[in-house]
Amino acid sequence: MIKSELVARISEQYPHLYQRDIEAIINRILNEIGDALGRGDRIELRGFGAFSVKQRAARIGRNPRTGDSVAVAKKVAPFFKTGKELRDRLNNKIS
Amino acid sequence: MTGKTVTRADLSEAVYNEIGLSRSESTQIVESVISEISDALVRGEAVKLSSFGSFMVRHKNGRVGRNPKTGEEVPIDPRRVLSFRASHVLKSKINKMAGLSD
Repeated sequence: MIKSELVARISEQYPHLYQRDIEAIINRILNEIGDALGRGDRIELRGFGAFSVKQRAARIGRNPRTGDSVAVAKKVAPFFKTGKELRDRLNNKIS
Repeated sequence: MTGKTVTRADLSEAVYNEIGLSRSESTQIVESVISEISDALVRGEAVKLSSFGSFMVRHKNGRVGRNPKTGEEVPIDPRRVLSFRASHVLKSKINKMAGLSD
């Protein structure tokens, strides 16, 4: 499922809303999650999962083609942990 | 870094401010978005949200695990797990906001 398909599915449930508004709402939700991660906050959506950021230390990487050493700066990486209910649903433990 | 936790309530507040929806409808639509994404994943579909990231369902084979405390062998059944890959757009946004180059 891609974003436009998600918009279409939500539109079916909210026929009184414009599709472009639904799209704006979905983008707003995703932006809100992104902004929170940028602030270093955690986003916890019970039953679905939690987004957080992990710190990655600076390291010496290698160019796999040439074998040259390259400095890789420290960075932050988004991380998602599946919530219990969704994990159980993926494995047919609940409806 | 503020170390706050953002919840559904914060997302529906953001939606409430976006369009002229009522608070209860904002709450409802946030819930609908989360459940449509969940349902697609449970059906085994990948969910790809451009400029955000993609959720993918992966199959893991069963294996024999071990309780690290007791050393006891425990069977681990085959299962489906979810993996999230953030898009480059999201990764660079987060690094920029954290004051790091990307």
